[in-house]
Amino acid sequence: MDLTLKVWRQENRKAKGRFESYSLKNISPDSSFLEMLDVLNEQLIMQNNEPVAFDHDCREGICGMCSLFINGRAHGPDESITTCQLHMRKFSDGDTIVIEPWRAGGFPVIKDLIVDRSAFDQILQAGGFISVNTGSARDGNGILIPKEKSDESMDAAACIGCGACVATCKNSSAMLFMASKVSHLALLPQGRPEAVRRAKAMVAKMDELGFGSCTNTGACEVECPKGISIAHIARLNREFLVANLKP
Amino acid sequence: MASFLNSSIGKKFLMSLSGLFLISFLLVHLFVNSMILFDKSGVLFNNAAHFMGTNPIIRIVEPILAIGFILHIIYAGILTLTNQWARPVGYNKQKSGNSSSWASRNMFILGSLIFIFLVIHVANFFWKVKFSGSELLDKGAVNGVENTYLLVTTFFINWWWIDIVYVIGALVLGLHLTHAFWAAFQTLGLSDNRWRKRLEILGWAYTILVAGGFAIIPLWVKISSML
Amino acid sequence: MKLNAKIPSGPLSEKWSKYKSSQNLVNPANKRKFDIIVVGTGLAGASAAASLGELGFKVKNFCYQDSPRRAHSIAAQGGINAAKNYQNDGDSVYRLFYDTIKGGDYRAREANVYRLAEVSNQIIDQCVGQGVPFARDYGGYLDNRSFGGALVSRTFYARGQTGQQLLLGAYGALNRQIAAGNVTMYTRTEMMDIVLVDGIARGIVTRNLETGELESHFGHAVVLATGGYGNVFFLSTNAMGSNASAIWKAYKKGACFANPAFVQIHPTCIPVHGASQSKLTLMSESLRNDGRIWVPKEKEDAEKIRAGKLKPTDLPDEKRDYYLERRYPAFGNLVPRDVASRAAKERCDAGYGVGSGQAVYLDFKDSISRLGKAKIEERYGNLFQMYEKIVDENPYETPMMIYPAIHYTMGGLWVDYELMTTIPGLFAIGEANFSDHGANRLGASALMQGLADGYFVLPFTIQNYLASQLSVPRMDPAKQPEFAAAVEGTKEWNEKLMGIKGSRSVDSIHKELGLAMWDHVGMGRNKPGLEEGITKIKKVKELFWNDVKIPGNADTMNIELEKANRVADFLELGELLAKDALHREESCGGHFREEHAMSDGEAKRDDDNFKYVGAWEYKGPGKEPELNKEALDYEFIQVKTRNYKE
Repeated sequence: MDLTLKVWRQENRKAKGRFESYSLKNISPDSSFLEMLDVLNEQLIMQNNEPVAFDHDCREGICGMCSLFINGRAHGPDESITTCQLHMRKFSDGDTIVIEPWRAGGFPVIKDLIVDRSAFDQILQAGGFISVNTGSARDGNGILIPKEKSDESMDAAACIGCGACVATCKNSSAMLFMASKVSHLALLPQGRPEAVRRAKAMVAKMDELGFGSCTNTGACEVECPKGISIAHIARLNREFLVANLKP
Repeated sequence: MASFLNSSIGKKFLMSLSGLFLISFLLVHLFVNSMILFDKSGVLFNNAAHFMGTNPIIRIVEPILAIGFILHIIYAGILTLTNQWARPVGYNKQKSGNSSSWASRNMFILGSLIFIFLVIHVANFFWKVKFSGSELLDKGAVNGVENTYLLVTTFFINWWWIDIVYVIGALVLGLHLTHAFWAAFQTLGLSDNRWRKRLEILGWAYTILVAGGFAIIPLWVKISSML
Repeated sequence: MKLNAKIPSGPLSEKWSKYKSSQNLVNPANKRKFDIIVVGTGLAGASAAASLGELGFKVKNFCYQDSPRRAHSIAAQGGINAAKNYQNDGDSVYRLFYDTIKGGDYRAREANVYRLAEVSNQIIDQCVGQGVPFARDYGGYLDNRSFGGALVSRTFYARGQTGQQLLLGAYGALNRQIAAGNVTMYTRTEMMDIVLVDGIARGIVTRNLETGELESHFGHAVVLATGGYGNVFFLSTNAMGSNASAIWKAYKKGACFANPAFVQIHPTCIPVHGASQSKLTLMSESLRNDGRIWVPKEKEDAEKIRAGKLKPTDLPDEKRDYYLERRYPAFGNLVPRDVASRAAKERCDAGYGVGSGQAVYLDFKDSISRLGKAKIEERYGNLFQMYEKIVDENPYETPMMIYPAIHYTMGGLWVDYELMTTIPGLFAIGEANFSDHGANRLGASALMQGLADGYFVLPFTIQNYLASQLSVPRMDPAKQPEFAAAVEGTKEWNEKLMGIKGSRSVDSIHKELGLAMWDHVGMGRNKPGLEEGITKIKKVKELFWNDVKIPGNADTMNIELEKANRVADFLELGELLAKDALHREESCGGHFREEHAMSDGEAKRDDDNFKYVGAWEYKGPGKEPELNKEALDYEFIQVKTRNYKE
């Protein structure tokens, strides 16, 4: 298939970016979206141009490194996948595809389509863990966890930290990302002792980093590659409320 | 507490609480207004309106309601602004339609329209009943119970554009409520996957009742006057 | 060089406790005087950095990704083994040890593997403590599943995302230490070289991938946790950025590289679709529990299927060859990975392959009719969905196509019992070292080894080394000539690459290398093929250094330069891999030499001549590396021939 790409190009953090148009010929519909970009880059290199920089690593939908806002949607026009799992058969011959980086104040553009998501690391560093030193844990079966709780915790823990929730949210809110961690740990008995501290510290960090607040549009859960439910945001709100009621 | 109210979730908590308060107020308001539909003589409605205007409990709640309105509006402004700032550079192309409802994305616009409607509404009725007075109110007043019925129906019968404003106002309010009802519970942490469905159904039922009810009243008054 | 594995004396089961009680430790007040560099943030790296931070050491942790959470450990699906015996099915530390040694075809070091089995239980406890949501049964107890090569159910899992959950657990522990100030994290930073001062590892040179800036960092010890080198084959299940540069730089500075030829090829991957393919996707081994593997019995049918004239579903059972069930009646479709992979290649090479010719069928028809579609969906729904997204075929209706792909590398830097390489002060943990899996790794053991090394082994053994370094003060890289020289060397290296200005992209050359590796150093190896492979690799290397084209500059973000640096090292490593395969005149585990096969085509091991670890020592550019041998003495188990037929 033949395609026209409109790609955001930006030299570095400070540079002013612009859209560039490229045309590509003979792309196999069985290629993944990132393989199509590989072909574009090969073409650019041969023309003595700098290739388009984009984040990617595992290319099997789990590392969370790939991003891209494709034709107006985070991770492009398919459900429950990351960009690396998007295949060209989702497009038609002759299509124009607009490719933009994640846009959010909390995710500044580093180069072309690469953004800085270190804010996510900072939010988790504020409290997204259970404080257990190596070697001090008790027997794994010494803590009984009902299957339902454990499964629900796993639903939340499936977050890959890609940032699609922030990218798609009209408020650039990181609530779904944060909620997935708070909920994952709050559901487990091991996570309870630090629940109050965790909720307060993480929310404070998120606010400090300039993410917007949640207006419950629910767009994040639709675009989340792992289908994480905003029910976890409700749990975060509950945890935060309770945390503030305690002295 | 200050740090709680300064946090993003704390601000939304206030939005949600004040919103729920307004939601319950709307029910009471609709209940009183519905008296217009059930008694053409207007006695029922006049008595109800008089009760609302004089009952000490309602008098106490009234300023709280005003504060609720003001909080809801102020915090809507603050949150909307910070949310705007959170994305300094926007997208060239964004398709939002398949992931969220139009109303949920445009709550501030809907809220602003409701605010404009509210100003008209207050000027038309509340202000007159409460402060400035009107000939219509005095006409046929019995034992100090103002003839609010006459004031209201006169407006609805004499000026068709008032009917249109009220129907549009009800629809805009309805759109606001389609999102607001469940969202208020979500923000308070009172939702999960099971309750979300229930609350959404309840929210739709409430929205249809309230928006439908407020829209029907002017239409009913106008149409029945023409029969 | 004489290799000294420093294995403690005494009975197998007492070696580790004896070591721990007699090793040197660093007292708490002195710990903060030590800087430790950890490169890599996968299971091994993150767990080591976090544990060392907890102990009070000052840790600097590096990764090339934008966040430590992205390391490729995250992609492991199946699970993690431990000898908990929660199922009461007769598991024990000894049995886990024995299965691992046997699965590795008797090419791993007994003492290390026993220690691995010993600490496996603590890993589970640690991860549960961190909040890893392992699967549980209705009583709230931990659940287990079974995996290839074992007779017990000892695999703990978190849906199909065990690696992800374990890594997030370690990442959480790491985050806690970053917040506490004990670990300094450097993301988007690639290690370019190791700095030796008086022959001892004292630091590294890094390149900031965003700015292109070269920096140097001092450490009293350097730990490499940089994973395997599967991407030398270009197409593999590894992440795009997974690379061997750190261990290769270590090799070139004097660390021995052990058993590079031991590469694991996973039998159930989605086949290659075309020339623009960038990586291969693994389908969990668990699919072989319910899927039956087959190719057509008749060549004509295979040809018709390839031409699209015949549908696989139209081929009746009697015209299908369920070759694994035919050849291995006892284990059937559940033979170990190396055996299943070779059998698929054999059928395809003989002309029976389907799809592009390089694929076999994995058919769920019988399971669906036996158990119902709902049951299959419950077990494998997410995998089937993933398959459909990639291949655009519905595996409930038409059989899946699979083909083997490079997945894991058992070889790596040679380390002693303390996980120290032959360079003093330089340690290697996780997939980056060679120590525990011999010639073949069992499923669900990679996660176990990474975390064992990082949580429970290195934090002890590194202290035994550091205790001798108390008198070494923190060095300032700016004032140390060795650091300046290493930075200068890296700069020149980059300039050399940038200066070639040829006509070929890095990827196109990497693909050529991968093809040569796959064709000649892949699943079926033989002497003439390996020799041809070495010649080809050398040619590709020459092509690279004469004709590679890297746009842009070295002092900004430059994704092509990053790739070129990695490929430059792969080109050298590929050659060593082929040399090791050539020298090892036997078949064992993942290493199959066609000349060394039984009459029925099974692998023929040569314990008399090759029961050793082959550790290669770099001798300088253009010079032949020297082979050092560490004899494998099996004191506690009897060495047998693996048999999966009966």
